Amino acid sequence: MSNDNSSTPEHPVNAPDGTPVPYDTHVPTHREAEPIADPGLPAHTWRPTDVDPKAEKRAERQIAAMFIAAMVFAVLFVVAYFTFEVGDNWDTFAGLGASTISLGLTLGLSLLLIGTGIIHLARKLMADHEIVEMRHPASSPQEDRDLTVKALNDGLDEAGIGRRPLVRNTMLGAVAVLGLPAVVLLRDLAPGNALDVKKLGNTIWEPGMRLVRDVVGTPIRADEIEMGDLVNAAPEAMFPTEENGYPELEGAEEQAEKAKGAIIIVRMDPEEITPLAGREKWTVDGILVYSKICTHVGCPISLYERTTHHVLCPCHQSTFDLADHAKVVFGPAARPLPQLPIAVDDEGYLVAQSDFTEPIGASFWEREKL
Amino acid sequence: MRLLNRTAGRLSRHRRGPLAGLAVLLLGLVISGSLYTVFSPAQADSQPSETEQVAKGKELFLASCSFCHGQNGEGVPTVRDGYQLGPSLVGVGAAAVDFQVGTGRMPMAQPGQQVQRKPPVFNDEEVAALAAYVASLGPGPAIPNESDYSIDDLSEEERQEAISRGGQIFLTNCTACHNFNGAGGAMPRGGYAPSLHGVEPKYIFEAMLTGPQQMPNFSNGNLSPDEKRDVIAYLGSLEETPEYAGFTLGGLGPVSEGLFAWVVGIGGLVGAAVWIASHTTRSKKSKVNA
Repeated sequence: MSNDNSSTPEHPVNAPDGTPVPYDTHVPTHREAEPIADPGLPAHTWRPTDVDPKAEKRAERQIAAMFIAAMVFAVLFVVAYFTFEVGDNWDTFAGLGASTISLGLTLGLSLLLIGTGIIHLARKLMADHEIVEMRHPASSPQEDRDLTVKALNDGLDEAGIGRRPLVRNTMLGAVAVLGLPAVVLLRDLAPGNALDVKKLGNTIWEPGMRLVRDVVGTPIRADEIEMGDLVNAAPEAMFPTEENGYPELEGAEEQAEKAKGAIIIVRMDPEEITPLAGREKWTVDGILVYSKICTHVGCPISLYERTTHHVLCPCHQSTFDLADHAKVVFGPAARPLPQLPIAVDDEGYLVAQSDFTEPIGASFWEREKL
Repeated sequence: MRLLNRTAGRLSRHRRGPLAGLAVLLLGLVISGSLYTVFSPAQADSQPSETEQVAKGKELFLASCSFCHGQNGEGVPTVRDGYQLGPSLVGVGAAAVDFQVGTGRMPMAQPGQQVQRKPPVFNDEEVAALAAYVASLGPGPAIPNESDYSIDDLSEEERQEAISRGGQIFLTNCTACHNFNGAGGAMPRGGYAPSLHGVEPKYIFEAMLTGPQQMPNFSNGNLSPDEKRDVIAYLGSLEETPEYAGFTLGGLGPVSEGLFAWVVGIGGLVGAAVWIASHTTRSKKSKVNA
C-alpha cells in the first residue's frame, strides 16, 4: 500500500476528516482515453473494529468463543456417541431417538460454529480494503501453443501412424472388437434367463390354480367376498405347501413370479358391470379379478374406490374403471389392466380358468408378437 | 403333622365360642354376595331391552336421518337416475352406524366430496339405539367386541408376531390409500383417506368391516377378524414406537420432506449467503495511518 497521491491525479479522494485516502497500487496509472473518465473507487470507510480497539477485542473474543463452543460440541459428540444406547434397546428423548438427535445436533453445531466463526472473522477483523485487479488474458502465450502443437505433430510423425494406414486401421479395429466381450459379459448380468422375452408373455397362473390372500396365503371362497370388498391376492403357487404340492421358488425367480402374478379381486353388483363380448364367463357373481400391475410402467396398484369402481395408480395417476373391464379413464396408461378369467372349484374356492390372456404390466417391444 | 394338629386343636377350642355362629354366618353372606357381584350380569335391570332400543332408535332416526335415508332407511333417490341423496341402510349393520355416528361423520353437516369426522352429535346410548334400529332393518355386521381387536390377552411373543404380521397385511392392503405410516393421503376428485393415528381401535375395525364412503370393504371373509386385530396392533405399535431417526414431518414422505428442504434448508442457505455478502457496520471515524 502506498500513500502516493500521484497515482490518482484526477480525482483525489479524501476521507471525511480531510486526509487523502490511498488507492491500491494495483490500479493501473495509465488508461486509454475514455469518453467518461473512470471515477475510481469511492473512499474506503472503516469498520468499528478497525478504529476502536475495544470493538476489536470484543470481536476477537466472540470469534474465539465460537471456536471454543465448536470444540465443546465436538467433544459432546463423542460423549453422546458412547453414552446413548442404540440397537435393541434405544434411549429415547421426547419420542425421538436420543442418539440420532444428539449426534446430529452436536456435530451440526460444531461445524456450523466453525463456519460462522470464520465468516465473523472475515467480516470483523480481516483486512477489507477494496482492490482492483485487472484481468489477464485467459489463453496461454502463442509460443507455448505453437510448441505444444509441434510436439504433437512430431510424435505422430515418428510413430508413423499417418503413413501406415494398415497399422492404424487394424489398431482401431482391435479396440473396437474388444467391445464384444463386454457386451456378452453385461448381457449375462441379467438374472436367470430374463432375456427370454417369451417369459414376459405369461405368468405363473395356470388353469385350476387357486386364488389366495396375499401375505397369509389362505385360499378364498367365492361366498366369503362381500359386495364392495377389495382383496389383494396372489397365486397359490407363491405359497407352496406339501398339501398343494407347488414347487418352492427362490430368489429372483420367486420375486419375478410374485410381481407378475399379483392380482386384485373386487366384487360389485353384476348389474353395474359393463358387458364385454367374450368375457361373460370370466366372472363369478360380480367377482372380478385383474392384474395388480399398472400397464403404464408397472407399479402395483390397489388404490380402489368402491363407489366409482375406479382404481388409481399412485405413480402417474392412471385410472382404470374396473366395472368396465379396467378401461383407462385417465392418465398415461395405454391399455386396460389384464383380466384373469376365474371360476369356482368343487370346494367353492376361486380358481383361475387360465393364465392371463395377454402380457401383464408395462409395454415392451415384442409385446404385440406374444 | 404336629403343627396341623395343633392348629386344628386351637380352632376347635374357639369353635363353640358364643360369637362363632355369627362369624360363620357373616362370612357366608360376604362370600355369596361377592360371588354374585362377580358373576351376575352387571346392572341387568338398567339395560333397555332390544325392542325398547329399536323403538328409541327409530324415533331418533325419523328426526335426524330420514330426510336423506328415507323413513324406513330405504334411501332417497335424486332426480338423476342412479344417484341418491342418501344410500339405503338396509343391511349395513350396527357396525356401520356405530362408525358413522360414533365418529360424528353422520349426521352430515353438508353434502360434499367427503364426509368429515367431527365431534359426535349423539351420546353413546343414542348411538346404540340408532345402531339397534338400523340393524333391525336387515342383517349386517354387528359392532365388534373389545376382545375382537384387543391384543391384551396374548402373550408377549404372540403380540410381536401379531404386530409383524399386521404390518405386512397393512402394507399390502392399506398403504395404497392410508400411506405407509397410516398418515392418510389424497384420493381422486377431492377426497382423502383419513389419518389412522389416534383413531380408536373399534372404529378402525368397523371401518374395515363396513367400508365407509369410497373405502372398499375388508369383510371378515376378506381379512379374518384375527388379521384385522393384527393390523390394529401394528397401527398401535406405530404410535408407541419412538421415532428413532428424528422428526417424521408428519410421515408424509417426499411431500413434507421436500417442503422442509426447500423452505428451511434452501432458505437457510440463502440467509447465510446474504449474511456473508452483506456490508458490515461502518464507522464514521477514520483510522490514523501508521
